[in-house]
Amino acid sequence: MQVTFKLFATLMRHLPPGAKRHAVTLEFGAGEAVTPNQLIERFAVPRSEVHLVLVNGVYLAEDGRDTPLRDGDQLAIWPPVAGG
Amino acid sequence: MAWAKKLLRVNLAKGEVASEPLNMEWAGEYIGQRGLATRYLVAETDPKCDPLGADNKMIFATGPLTGTAVSTGGRYSVITKSPLTGAVACSNSGGFLGAELKSAGWDMIIFEGKSPKPVMLRIVNERAELVDAADLWGKSVWETDKLIHDKYQDAQIRIAAVGRAAESGCLYSAIINDLHRAAGRSGVGAVMASKNLKAVAVRGSRGVGGVKDPARFMKSVAEQKKVLAENPVTGKGLPALGTQVLMNVVNEIGALPANNMRDVQFDGASKISGEAMLEPRPGDGKPNLTTNAACFGCTIACGRISTIDKNHFSVENKPEYWGNSGGLEYEAAWAMGADTGVSDMDAITYTNFICNEDGMDPISFGATVAAAMELFELGAITTKQTGGVELKFGSAEALTWCADQVATGQGFGKELGLGSKRLCEKYGHPELSMTVKGQEFPAYDPRGIQGMGLTYATSNRGACHLRSYTVASEVLGIPEKTDPLVTDGKAGLVKAFQDATAAVDSLGICVFTTFAWTLDNIAPQVDAACDGEWSVDRLLEAGERIWNLERDYNMKAGISGADDKLPERLLKEAAKTGPAKGKVNGLEKMLPEYYKLRGWTKDGQLTDKVRKQFALPA
Repeated sequence: MQVTFKLFATLMRHLPPGAKRHAVTLEFGAGEAVTPNQLIERFAVPRSEVHLVLVNGVYLAEDGRDTPLRDGDQLAIWPPVAGG
Repeated sequence: MAWAKKLLRVNLAKGEVASEPLNMEWAGEYIGQRGLATRYLVAETDPKCDPLGADNKMIFATGPLTGTAVSTGGRYSVITKSPLTGAVACSNSGGFLGAELKSAGWDMIIFEGKSPKPVMLRIVNERAELVDAADLWGKSVWETDKLIHDKYQDAQIRIAAVGRAAESGCLYSAIINDLHRAAGRSGVGAVMASKNLKAVAVRGSRGVGGVKDPARFMKSVAEQKKVLAENPVTGKGLPALGTQVLMNVVNEIGALPANNMRDVQFDGASKISGEAMLEPRPGDGKPNLTTNAACFGCTIACGRISTIDKNHFSVENKPEYWGNSGGLEYEAAWAMGADTGVSDMDAITYTNFICNEDGMDPISFGATVAAAMELFELGAITTKQTGGVELKFGSAEALTWCADQVATGQGFGKELGLGSKRLCEKYGHPELSMTVKGQEFPAYDPRGIQGMGLTYATSNRGACHLRSYTVASEVLGIPEKTDPLVTDGKAGLVKAFQDATAAVDSLGICVFTTFAWTLDNIAPQVDAACDGEWSVDRLLEAGERIWNLERDYNMKAGISGADDKLPERLLKEAAKTGPAKGKVNGLEKMLPEYYKLRGWTKDGQLTDKVRKQFALPA
């Protein structure tokens, strides 16, 4: 299973070296489950800075972040941001 | 108080200036800046007047908090009738000019008539005079700024000016102050140039007095600055990445219009994003962003100061563009980048510099180039019109060429300067103009953010994101997250944002404070500064009154509910990719509910009840 993990804005510093376009591709064994919260944990992203969580561009509310990701999912995370 | 209670009336036809008291009864109802100046415009002009004729007036207006210690208290707006839309124009700018004007003792300047020859207005505190500007005409904003500073040998003069784009009739030309802050939208620069007014140069050293309860005001201001500092958006995100932090967000959610809004996602988004501005360039190894910057009194500092790689084709052999200047904001980067398909950061930074140097709205400029590129693709525009230039989506060379042409009003640049509505009509494809009421869209696709469709359709100045920035709620979760793909509840959301924003825009502070502040944070500061009692309810009531007054002006100018519409593309051509795939904007579901909430008729007309409720002028 393949999942793309993206960190933006001030969270970029938590990406491993070699990340391209703010993203890394992660491989998991067949049948291995991984949730957004587990990836947030693994890359040491402070929970207090996790605000906007999108899976394939769709907002994932806090109570949905323990649901396993599926093959090909793109997980993107921002701290609180705004502009205009 | 906080108001100076004094306005400067400048009769350009007669060459006369006069001081008069500010109408404080109106100030109590319409606050200042956007609201109060609109009240004056309504009282003094015929809404049917020719925007570029002598009968139109142009008002530079500060708010009661402009020039005070409140965070971001440096704003002023330019209010007039727009030559781009025929609707009321209200373009808000930061920088330092607004606070300087207030410190010189003026709440606003009303310009009337047309000068027989180029002039500039010079203000030194209570003294104001019209000065011959023959030597400035034909010069860019940047040259004008330097010439005025050199002439008067005072580095602290604050200057607003129009460039060659406005002089040559560009209908989206801007008024630029402090070199790279802009009263940008709706062509207010063209109105200024039509009056033969080249520049306004202000030196104010009196400070802003008359704060109602100074001790309470300073306490409240300090408390609220702390709120901004501790908020992750205003304290961290905006200073670090500016508004450009949105480029990747909006692309990910599938609401980044691209290629004249044919698409809702752009492959090159990350290359022109706020994040990319921090990364070393391949050419010279330096990042695009040098530092952030703040306007007067601002404790957020979202401004971008950038450079272009000296070896980039756009600035080769042009050392005047090798230094630091105002860098990309999200809207500009989107319009000149994603919407034209250009992902060359140096190229769009260059065109951004040109927009500042000669005074053009980068949103309307970029969106007009995007429309021209689609016309070129269809063969409706050919190299015959462009003098050989291939106007292709994605071409950085074509984009920079267009900027140079519009900035100086040369050749095809004259046609591009008319904006996308007139350009597309001229070349037989009005459906390709992505505009509402003649003004180009900003950077949020209403197929992917439904509330923004209603925002654009009902905006009193034509398509605009800043009249009700529902993106905050629908995408960013401020103050609370709503689903961007549904229309339910969006009418109420749009109305709430419109009313609150109208109040904020009338106070002299920046709308970006509202990422951290609500009116609960703002009202105590206003109440401590201004005569009378200012509660959240009173601010909201004033905001709604202002909204209705603007609407009334537009209706009298000949605009109707039938103009509250979106281009067919957004209503019939579904989004091709991303979470909004298969969706169009559901304006027809939101608009009737919105009219109802406003208390208007089914066809969007103001009712007598609303007029009476807000005591609108006849």
